[in-house]
Amino acid sequence: MSEFWEGISSAFWLIITLDADLVDITIRSLQVTVTAVVIGAALGIPLAAWLTVNRFRYRRTTVAILNALMGLPPVVVGLIVYLLLSRSGPFGVFGLLFTPTAMIIAQVIIVTPLIASVAHQALRDLWADYHDLLISLNTTRWQRIKTLAWDARRSLLTATLAGFGRAIGEIGAIMIVGGNIDHVTRVLTTAIALETSKGNFALALGLGFILIGMAIAINIAIHWVSGTERRGRW
Amino acid sequence: MIRPSTILALAFTLIYATAVSAESVVRMAVTTSFHNSGLSDVLVPLIGEDTGIEVQLIVVGTGQALRLGEAGDVDAVLVHSRAAEDKFVAAGFGTHRREIMYNDFVIVGPSTDPAGVLAAEVIETALSGISTSKSVFVSRGDDSGTHKRELSLWSKIGVDVSGSWYRELGSGMGATLNTASAMNAYTLTDRASWLNFGNKRELRIVFEGDPELFNQYVFIPVNPDRHPHVNSDGVRLVEEWLVSAKGQTTIGSYMIDGQTLFVPNAQGNDSSD
Repeated sequence: MSEFWEGISSAFWLIITLDADLVDITIRSLQVTVTAVVIGAALGIPLAAWLTVNRFRYRRTTVAILNALMGLPPVVVGLIVYLLLSRSGPFGVFGLLFTPTAMIIAQVIIVTPLIASVAHQALRDLWADYHDLLISLNTTRWQRIKTLAWDARRSLLTATLAGFGRAIGEIGAIMIVGGNIDHVTRVLTTAIALETSKGNFALALGLGFILIGMAIAINIAIHWVSGTERRGRW
Repeated sequence: MIRPSTILALAFTLIYATAVSAESVVRMAVTTSFHNSGLSDVLVPLIGEDTGIEVQLIVVGTGQALRLGEAGDVDAVLVHSRAAEDKFVAAGFGTHRREIMYNDFVIVGPSTDPAGVLAAEVIETALSGISTSKSVFVSRGDDSGTHKRELSLWSKIGVDVSGSWYRELGSGMGATLNTASAMNAYTLTDRASWLNFGNKRELRIVFEGDPELFNQYVFIPVNPDRHPHVNSDGVRLVEEWLVSAKGQTTIGSYMIDGQTLFVPNAQGNDSSD
């Protein structure tokens, strides 16, 4: 248990002294994950909306596959992205391996199905309610999507935050494609793994507390900015 | 209203803001034992000061390091497994082996020493003590230099490593030491990683000093004929720095708890062909 208290105190001192390495890896964690989640949402939400308002033959299968992809093992995604970006792989010429861009690509693949699935669930429920009204008003497909997306905006926010939650704590993929290079691709999760492997449990735990605290702070901030849970609205 | 295109543009700006200039960067795959020793934290900044080259370390086992070199994903490797190195160079993936420094392996185990390893004079007795008493031994199991050495030692004394006493982990040096410490088990580790390890608990060095435990670290540049994109000029500067008087002195004077970890042994010229 002593490690637990040492972890808390090391987290405290790292934050109080604004440790330069800590600031560096925290900013990088945010940069990679926020970018990946923004791209993931930009791909996933339109896909979810499109799946909601369109009917086509293999729709059920598509939705089922999308749901299954929520559980994509990150380490497999990492390995595949590694093989694609490796100098000996098809996209090797771009020299992207072991850069933050490679980490973003891997995380986009991991979070997009999750965001799309959760968003699709919300939009589909809303579509069941709005279907008759929107059809009778003779709306265009684009108008329907816009209406659904606006009225389901809180659920879409939840979908995006779920994606953020999965990406910020992820390590399997980014360790492989990022390489955990100091000052280049080291992020909070890979730093925690490194310190654990050195037997520096207190420092690893301290970084862990900072990671958890940051995730909570960001979620609170987004809810505060977007005004959910206020004025009696849910 | 924020359009998705705006968001995408913003996202890409963020990505490219983080891209580093590749001119003076040398990517080097190094073994976990080298990195866990803490020596890299001393060498990398000094190389940066003296040569202007930013050395980026990818910390993996020797097996994976050589794979990264084969694929051309790194510019050079620093590893310690003779047979695998010779194969790598012979196959044309690396230009030459350059010996940089050595340290040694030690066997660590519980202070109570149920296998009686402390009394052993030679490595054969030490290992057979562990296998006959069926004391728990954790193995790296990750095709690293340390793992390969451990397997060759077992096969030299003719012990078939199977059974519940022999636990293969598939992890790096640090993770293996953590496991050994938690299980109060024996394991083979390089001295540097052991001295720099923060979670020793009941473990101590139970066997050391046999010539069989010599551990040579070698620098191998990735062959630019095979991978034209590698930063050969940068790699040459790093190699020259490592074998220079300053580099070798820095390596030799690196200490933890008053103990020297590595002995520099670079030759005037190397075994290049």
